[in-house]
Amino acid sequence: MFIKTKIEVKNVRKSFPSDQGRLDVIADLDFKVGDGEFVAIVGPSGCGKTTLMNIIGGFLAADSGGVHVDGALREGPNRKGVLITQQGSVFPWLTVRQNLLFGLDEQNPERESLAQQYAELVGLQGFENNYPHELSGGMLKRCEIARALVVKPEILYMDEPFSALDALMSLRMQNELLRILARERHTVMLITHDVEEAIHLADRILVLSPRPARIQASFDVPFPHPRRVSSPEAQALRVAILKELGVELAAA
Amino acid sequence: MKWVRQALPSLVVLAVVVTLWWAVVALTHSVIFPTPLQVVQGTLELARDGTLWEHIGASLFRVAAGFGLAVLFAIPLGLWMGWVHGAFVTLNPLFQILRPISPIAWIPIAILWFGVGNASPIYLIFIASVFPMIVQTTAGVHTIEKRYLRAAENFGVTRQKLFLQVVFPAALPQIITGMRIGLGVAWLVVVAAEMIALHSGLGYMIIDSRNAGNRYDLVVAGMIIIGLIGLALDGIMRLLENMKNVRWRYVH
Repeated sequence: MFIKTKIEVKNVRKSFPSDQGRLDVIADLDFKVGDGEFVAIVGPSGCGKTTLMNIIGGFLAADSGGVHVDGALREGPNRKGVLITQQGSVFPWLTVRQNLLFGLDEQNPERESLAQQYAELVGLQGFENNYPHELSGGMLKRCEIARALVVKPEILYMDEPFSALDALMSLRMQNELLRILARERHTVMLITHDVEEAIHLADRILVLSPRPARIQASFDVPFPHPRRVSSPEAQALRVAILKELGVELAAA
Repeated sequence: MKWVRQALPSLVVLAVVVTLWWAVVALTHSVIFPTPLQVVQGTLELARDGTLWEHIGASLFRVAAGFGLAVLFAIPLGLWMGWVHGAFVTLNPLFQILRPISPIAWIPIAILWFGVGNASPIYLIFIASVFPMIVQTTAGVHTIEKRYLRAAENFGVTRQKLFLQVVFPAALPQIITGMRIGLGVAWLVVVAAEMIALHSGLGYMIIDSRNAGNRYDLVVAGMIIIGLIGLALDGIMRLLENMKNVRWRYVH
């Protein structure tokens, strides 16, 4: 099956100045993400995952190489692709409704109804006029996802989106994300250190090497949704990925 | 009755202070230092003939004018200095030199420039309250978390929207802190200014009561009234901290 390429990362390199000269964080990364594909990137902590996401999202320039989205070189962030991070960036001084309206053009005649619709999509109806500090961590994450989706982005960049939540809420949000993605297909790039999360969500998993980061291995996740991460096939995949990450587990 | 229990210890302390004061005056048979009762009687006398209200009104008017001008000047300037690095680098050294100069030191120059009318104390109050507000506003902009600016950049909003919906509200809690400091200083300074060159206001009332017949009951009454009004002014500023769109900064 031929899939149109959505994102193409071409020979990206990035280093930062440090006390011992340049610190190479990303060395020659090269990969493609298909239109509508869900790609998860896992890697050891400190391997430059977040740096990579910032480069792909357009928030940081690569030293060399570049990121092409729909064939055009990316030069800065725009609302075609929205970034969702671990800390989140829901504006605490705006209500849920005002946050959802934030990314929408003032001239858009449907902005109010869109905001309402997406508040409902993520289950925040009744909380539109609440301020973020009045919400729980899970609701805050829903608000952030709704704020991203309401501008109709083509790509979601998710950098450890659920890591700050407790395990139960993280699982709930994963299911929630799958439910939403089944309704409106987006291309998704997820960065995570949680292999099970990656197996639960992604179509393909890229394993990054320790710094300087390069693609060490790539795994397809062929299981249909809804997935059972405890199934023997999924567990075998998990063991294989963890092995790439340097963690030996006895195969189930 | 939670507030009663909370206020009780401080009420006890106040009662102890007043009792000690009374006891010391009674035991030393002081003819010039007033008892609390004499202070209350003096206050009632001034309230009845109306001069108390005139003095309070005069002082409040000067503070409102000087502080109001300082707010109008400091907030736009502080926002500009916070946002534009060049403006900060250029102007900050000047303000850092002017800031430690006590407003009292400005009194001769204020009289030289503005004479002995209302303009002098208004100028002094302006000078006293403008610097803390500039500093706090600038710091408020400087400490905006990058994730919020990134989110705004991601949604590609106009400069106007960026300023009105991100930069200003993000800095607002610190601006309010600056206003609290500024108003507190303004109230300190108005009394000092009125002691020197004016014929109305609470500061004048204190000096005049001493000069015109050693009315120390009115001196102490003036001091207590200054304290109570200062407390009330701070209470009003603290109401600003309860606004819903700034609560996020204070709730953690």
